[in-house]
Amino acid sequence: MPSTTYGKGLRSLSLATIATIATALVLTFFYAPLDADQGFVQKIFYLHVPLAVVSLCGFIFGAGLAIGYLRTGDRKWDMRSYVAIHMALIFGIGGLITGSIWAKASWGHWWVWNEPTLVSFLIVLLLFATYQPLRFSIEDPERQSRYASVFSVVAGAFVPLNFMAVRLAQQYVHPRVLTLGGGNLPGAMRLTFLVALLGIALLYVTLWKYEMTAKYTRMQVRRLRRTLLGEDTIRPSGRSAAPS
Amino acid sequence: MRTALIILRKDLRVELRTLETVPAMVLLALVTFVIFHFGLDRDTIDGQLAAGVLTATLLFAAVLGINRLFVAEREQGGFDAFLLAPVDRTAMLLAKASALFLFLTALEVIAVPAFALFLLGPSLGPAILGLSLVLILANVGLAVIGTLVSAIAVHTRARDLIGPVISLPLLIPALIATARAAGPLLTLHTSGSPPGRWLAILGLYDLVFALLAYAVFDFLLED
Repeated sequence: MPSTTYGKGLRSLSLATIATIATALVLTFFYAPLDADQGFVQKIFYLHVPLAVVSLCGFIFGAGLAIGYLRTGDRKWDMRSYVAIHMALIFGIGGLITGSIWAKASWGHWWVWNEPTLVSFLIVLLLFATYQPLRFSIEDPERQSRYASVFSVVAGAFVPLNFMAVRLAQQYVHPRVLTLGGGNLPGAMRLTFLVALLGIALLYVTLWKYEMTAKYTRMQVRRLRRTLLGEDTIRPSGRSAAPS
Repeated sequence: MRTALIILRKDLRVELRTLETVPAMVLLALVTFVIFHFGLDRDTIDGQLAAGVLTATLLFAAVLGINRLFVAEREQGGFDAFLLAPVDRTAMLLAKASALFLFLTALEVIAVPAFALFLLGPSLGPAILGLSLVLILANVGLAVIGTLVSAIAVHTRARDLIGPVISLPLLIPALIATARAAGPLLTLHTSGSPPGRWLAILGLYDLVFALLAYAVFDFLLED
């Protein structure tokens, strides 16, 4: 039995996450200056942009883990990739909703088509939303892992291409107060943004580790029960990416 | 290469004898034109609107072809026979993508003149060469991505649902480029040459996905 335990270091990681997110919130509300143009509502930026960035990085991360599966054939890699992608999907939906709220508050519409980042993000999300239906409509577990991995690799490569194509398709880019790299952010805002980004990234890693620990533990419990009670007593798990 | 040619010839012969896929694609395209006529409530359209209608129609028809691409192989044991044979598995990708490309071209040979007849305001004459170039590049993209997605979807329980649901988002950038490249060609005073920027994007997209499909296709044909 492999001795990897995902629970290792989980407590300190959780504490670090909570501390960073608390710091980010304090900085957001008490340190970062009010935006001259948009006022208080601009503060959602410190939640929205990190969520979106972490979500996109999560998709790419999942694609990298899927390459690991295709190279080794070890289903642990596929489980990691599955957890990475579905966490990224949840973060992405959060990013889309906060982005929509921001758009409504600052531009007056819930959805604006001439903001290329928003549109590309929606397309990427629509693509990755098909990951789970695809995965769970394949019955054979080996094939499920392989096909899900192939999908993740293709979809991961699609992310940058899609952003490029959509950005070029816009007639004009909406005048942007803030760019992603923090190019024209004043110092206090940039610091707050970076802390918030770190906090959300840590949250992603922590949740990923928690789910991996849970899945790994369940897998070991099933294995033990099967050894103790015999092969027939354990029903195959339904919608689960965990190798049993 | 020889294997790919043999599979391609088999696919074309099956299509010629059963006439299953291409006629269905053509019919769907024609019906879609009629629906667009009533939906838009316009007798003639031009410019970017025409390009959008044409692209969406061709996409819907292509989805039919994509769904059917591997069904016979799965139901009649073609996959097993192919895996038993000591041949390079990439041949299957090459053959199926070429078959889909030819189906799409056959569809367009009928559907584009029909589009000009039914809906298009300005004459197709001066734009025909440029439009052919755009459509050929679009067909390569549709064929490559369609083959890849079809090979993934054919082994799933709900393959008729999974195929379109995955292929549509994957195709969006290619469709943006196709529609934008075709738009200026369908105006009244067209120069007849499509915008180079969009052709370049379409070509790049085709190339990247062709390489990607080549890299991952082997994994879809195991066991």
